[in-house]
Amino acid sequence: MTKAPEAGPREVTMRVWRGEDRASGAFADHRVAVDPGMVILDVLFRVQATSAPDLAVRWNCKAGKCGSCSAEVNGRPRLMCMTRLSSLPLDQPITVAPMATFPLVRDLVTDVSFNYEKAKTIPAFRPAPKDADGTRRMYQEEVERVQEFHKCIECFLCQDVCHVIRDHEENKEAFAGPRFFVRLAALEMHPLDTNDRIELARAKHGLGYCNITKCCTEVCPEDIHITDNAIIPLKERVVTEFYDPLVWAKRRLLGR
Amino acid sequence: MDDLEYDVVVIGAGGAGMRAAIEAKAQGARTAIVCKSLFGKAHTVMAEGGIAAALRNVWKEDSWQVHFRDTMRGGKLLNHWRMAQIHAQESPDRVLELEEWGAMFDRTPDGLILQRDFGGHRYARLAHVGDRTGLEMIRTLQDRAVELGIDVLMECTIQKLLTDDGRVAGCLGYLRQSGEMVLLRAKAIVLATGGIGKCWRVTSNSWEYTGDGMAMALEAGADLIDMEFVQFHPTGMVWPPSVRGILVTEGVRGDGGTLRNKDGERFMFWYIPDFFREETADTEAEADRWYDNKKDNRRTPDLLPRDEVARAINTEVKAGRGSAHGGVLLDIASRRSPEYIRSRLPSMYHQFKELADIDITKEPMEVGPTLHYMMGGIRVDPDTQATTVPGLFAAGEVAAGMHGSNRLGGNSLSDLLVFGRRAGLHAAQHANAQRAPGAVDPADVAATERRLAAPLERAGEDPYALHHDLQAVMQDLVGIIRTRTELDEAARQLGDLRRRYDRVGAKGGRRYNPGWNLALDLASMLTVAEAVARSAALREESRGGHTRGDFPNSDPEWGRKNVVARWRDGRIELTTEPLAQMPPDLAAIVGSEPKATEQTAVESTAPAGLGGHR
Ligand SMILES: Cc1cc2nc3c(=O)[nH]c(=O)nc-3n(C[C@H](O)[C@H](O)[C@H](O)COP(=O)(O)OP(=O)(O)OC[C@H]3O[C@@H](n4cnc5c(N)ncnc54)[C@H](O)[C@@H]3O)c2cc1C
Ligand code: SF4
Ligand code: SF4
Ligand code: FES
Repeated sequence: MTKAPEAGPREVTMRVWRGEDRASGAFADHRVAVDPGMVILDVLFRVQATSAPDLAVRWNCKAGKCGSCSAEVNGRPRLMCMTRLSSLPLDQPITVAPMATFPLVRDLVTDVSFNYEKAKTIPAFRPAPKDADGTRRMYQEEVERVQEFHKCIECFLCQDVCHVIRDHEENKEAFAGPRFFVRLAALEMHPLDTNDRIELARAKHGLGYCNITKCCTEVCPEDIHITDNAIIPLKERVVTEFYDPLVWAKRRLLGR
Repeated sequence: MDDLEYDVVVIGAGGAGMRAAIEAKAQGARTAIVCKSLFGKAHTVMAEGGIAAALRNVWKEDSWQVHFRDTMRGGKLLNHWRMAQIHAQESPDRVLELEEWGAMFDRTPDGLILQRDFGGHRYARLAHVGDRTGLEMIRTLQDRAVELGIDVLMECTIQKLLTDDGRVAGCLGYLRQSGEMVLLRAKAIVLATGGIGKCWRVTSNSWEYTGDGMAMALEAGADLIDMEFVQFHPTGMVWPPSVRGILVTEGVRGDGGTLRNKDGERFMFWYIPDFFREETADTEAEADRWYDNKKDNRRTPDLLPRDEVARAINTEVKAGRGSAHGGVLLDIASRRSPEYIRSRLPSMYHQFKELADIDITKEPMEVGPTLHYMMGGIRVDPDTQATTVPGLFAAGEVAAGMHGSNRLGGNSLSDLLVFGRRAGLHAAQHANAQRAPGAVDPADVAATERRLAAPLERAGEDPYALHHDLQAVMQDLVGIIRTRTELDEAARQLGDLRRRYDRVGAKGGRRYNPGWNLALDLASMLTVAEAVARSAALREESRGGHTRGDFPNSDPEWGRKNVVARWRDGRIELTTEPLAQMPPDLAAIVGSEPKATEQTAVESTAPAGLGGHR
């Protein structure tokens, strides 16, 4: 039950991005002593305590629950507090860079306000009236589907990896990104919700830009099946609502 | 410097702050909410087990009276009875309201909110979503706040409360991203800044828990009470070292897990205090039957209140019966099926797998006490959450009284909702009755700016080293079991740290500079740490989260008093004041005060020959 301490080197090289803007910043190497069980965030704390006290790192819970510590470790978008050193090759420098999709604040910290702005554009939950006995009944099977989406910790790693905005600044205006497709799906599949967001998802949130590369699903630390369970069902709803003449006629008649 | 004006400013965006802001906004107040981290990342997001509320979906026998009784007894009767009563009465409505805003709790077979067992609660009472209840709560409130259009200032650390002739006028802080100062003028302020865990080394708390709210309130003239009562949660991770302190939810025991020492013994049966003997199972068979049949069986001692379990673990480890890395074993693998464990405790499964290479469906977890929660804090009016400073309100972990000397699991999330709402309501009413915010004294603004800039202008004491040393003092001298000698030594060392702190220096600039930010946070940490150490030295008895090795019994005299801390001429002054007395009808529900000999597991009642005690 008790494991032997992890074998491996006692020192690693951290190659950490430093700077206040992307043009003038650069990677800087730090040799750091390491202990068994450490995660990337632990090693960066040691860098702060020993050689770079002003190294900007964003974190909060250090337990994989808040989604603050997102960065790109050896080129892969990850939570720094959940990335074990033992999962990386330690004979080479470990590179840690800020998320590329968002504007840089400093060092490893980016300005993620894009996401908070997108959140404001999503119409809120509108519940149906209560049951006659004053309760709300939902069954475990129905809620489980939505609970998967509610696991989202808003780390924005899926947003970071999505090529639609990572490589095309100009798409940011018209594309909400996988995190918000997850949110839209959560609302649309909520058994009590009465709002309809399908037209918005298509027209304003840019669902059509997504070509189902599944990169978002691969980086999600909460294992949310973003593409299969959120995006594809939303796309199917768009198809039925917009391109099915019967549904279209009904919408016109009901005026929504 | 930005200069903004609101009716109500809420400082803190955890459950309490968000709920307060929602209510203030709903009352028509111009409302802003401010937080040190990104919006939606506050400490509340980490809460796992659930929200306590007598919804009666699982046990019809439950009621607010039983919840009230459990809360008072769990707090060893030092709670403010009126807060405990309001809390028990209003929490069901607050939970149901979350459902109106889109939250999705786990369900009973007939489609209602499912409730789980937790320590100190007579009936299965915690509404939950697997083991990520806090996330559901935060996101639900966050979405609601966005829907209402509440202004959010994130990554903004408030440093000073401004008063005008004793009443609230606003507050000053800095934006972490730019390092620039902001002034927020306000007619009313709600403090919802949470706890103080970062004063200790082994803690489940995040970096935000530096006690800013308590320190700022104290300096603005508010009272702090019960500062000696800090909660060590019995089950934090202990191995590997880098994860030491991360929480293992009580839900593991609620869902059938049991504590064992290294010899496999279920040692909790040796540590049942008289105060809880009547309601606690004394055989393993009865304890195991209790999970399914609460009517005919008594609760397992694995789920005694947290102070009892933490002391028991502490005693086992000191007696040499601990696990390989100085904890004890928490075993659910041998007691529940892998499917059950993975569905009920997904984040625990994930956490141990990712961080410790342990599969909790196959092996026991190693756990030990971790600093978790602050029962003490700002004294508030039980109905309105008003502090003693006009216009200043407080709710959530930063406020005191509700939990007495020890908090029951699940009672914090419900506290945030119940008293967050009340704080927001009364802050808005207070603001509506004022024509304009109080006047801001430019001298205060200038002094704060100088204080902020000072660490950057000198090469002095390293903030990281100071923080490390502060944590060592609190961890080693103000721990689970305290003595006069150690507490006096702590106070002396804190004085030394304070002097070193006067020379603290930070390298770099103002823009997102964690070293500088820590240097500023240390001021609050030193203040609250001193209040804790000195209050603990004053209370010469053992009760709840405060255990004195040199005064191992509870003392009915002390059971009628709060320790109060006040700011006088730049120093903390301590006094004691009488506790509010319960009306007879409520006293009858609660039952008697523990007898003088009853405080518990400092000494174990382990069978003789099992090694030394304590
Ligand atoms: C791991 C863990 C699990 C838990 N599980 C449970 C559970 O299952 N059930 C339960 O009832 N309780 C649980 N608790 C306890 C509970 O989560 C906390 O007590 C509660 O969330 C505190 O909420 P709050 O609103 O008072 O403060 P927080 O959620 O901590 O929010 C504090 C806010 O104040 C802000 N702030 C602080 N200082 C400043 C400043 N100077 N300027 C501006 N903003 C500031 C912070 O940024 C943050 O937004 C758990 C705690 C932990 C650590
Ligand atoms: S699947 Fe769609 S949303 Fe996800 S990364 Fe690819 S393009 Fe972006
Ligand atoms: S969906 Fe997954 S990757 Fe995207 S923000 Fe949420 S948790 Fe992060
Ligand atoms: S710090 Fe919270 S997820 Fe990493």
